[in-house]
Amino acid sequence: MYNPFSLKNKTILVTGASSGIGRAIALECAKMGARLIITARNKQRLDDTFAALEGSGHQQIIADLAQKEALEGLVLQCPELDGVVHSAGIAKLILVQFIKQADIEEIFATNTFAPIVLTSLLVKKKKIRTGGSVVFISAASGVYMSSVGESLYSATKGAIHGFTKGIALDLAPKGIRVNTVNPGLVPTEILDIADDLFSREEVLERRKKQYPLKRFGKPEDIAAGTVYLLSDASTWVTGSALIIDGGLQLGAI
Amino acid sequence: MEITQFIEKFAEQFEETPRSIFAATTDFKSLDEWDSLVSLSVISMVDEELGKRITGADIRSCTTIEDLYNLVMSK
Repeated sequence: MYNPFSLKNKTILVTGASSGIGRAIALECAKMGARLIITARNKQRLDDTFAALEGSGHQQIIADLAQKEALEGLVLQCPELDGVVHSAGIAKLILVQFIKQADIEEIFATNTFAPIVLTSLLVKKKKIRTGGSVVFISAASGVYMSSVGESLYSATKGAIHGFTKGIALDLAPKGIRVNTVNPGLVPTEILDIADDLFSREEVLERRKKQYPLKRFGKPEDIAAGTVYLLSDASTWVTGSALIIDGGLQLGAI
Repeated sequence: MEITQFIEKFAEQFEETPRSIFAATTDFKSLDEWDSLVSLSVISMVDEELGKRITGADIRSCTTIEDLYNLVMSK
C-alpha cells in the first residue's frame, strides 16, 4: 500500500521515551515500521515502553542525559540513525522574583543543554545518516506564548527553537533535516508539578478556554506530527516549526 | 518565625491589597486580589523564607493566615 509516511527500514532514537509524549512517539514510530532506540532515566518505565513497542530489533538504553558521561555512553552505543527525536524534558513553575541560579541550571540541563550536546556528539561521530531527520520537541510556550510562572520553561524551549534554525543550516550540506514540533498543553506526567502547586483540575479548567478546538492535546497528536517530520513525506522540510496546539496560538479567548 | 513576621511576608505577595487588611484572622482566599499567581508567590515565599515546601492542597485546606502559619510551622 502507498504510504509516504512509512518509517520502514529507518532506525530512530527517541529520548524521554519512558513517559508522556516521548513514549507515544516511540510507540507510533514502531507502528509505522521503524526500529527504535529508546532512552530515559527510569528503567522500570522504560521497560514498559520497550515491551509495548510493535515489531522487533528495538534497543533500550538507560541514561540520565543531564550527565555528560551518560550522553557520551549513549552516543557510543547508538547504531547509525535515520532519525533523532529529542523529547526528554522537565517543567518548572516559578515566578521570576524567586528564580535562583540552581533553578536555571536544573531545567536548562535537561531541556536545552542535553539535546544540544547530544546532537553535537551524534553529528561528530557521524551517527546520523544522509537523509536523516532530527526533531526537537519544543513547545508553544516560549515561542508563541507563555503562562504565569513558566518563564524558565519558556526560555529553555525558545532556546531550542533558535538552535534548530541554526543547525538546520549547519546540517543541510550533509542532507540532514532539522525541525521542531511545538505542542500546546498535553496533560501528561509533566503536569504533576501543577498538582503540587495548584490543583490539576483548576489548571486544566482555566486553560481549556484558550483552546479553540476545545480540548487539550493527546500524546498521539504530537507523535503524528513527529512521524511526518521523520518520514520521507517531509524531505523538503527543514528549519521549520510544526505547531500542534489545537489553535492556542490564535489567541482566542 | 513569629506570626507577625509571617503576616508581613504574606502581605508582601500582594500588590494592591492594603497592608492594614492583613491580620491573623484574615480569610485570605476571599480577598479580591487572591488568585493562582498570588498562591504561587506564597508557596515560593514559604520555601525561600522558611525552607519548607507546601502545596496548593495545603493552601486550600486553610481559611485564615493563622491556619496557614500553623500548618507551615508544623512541617
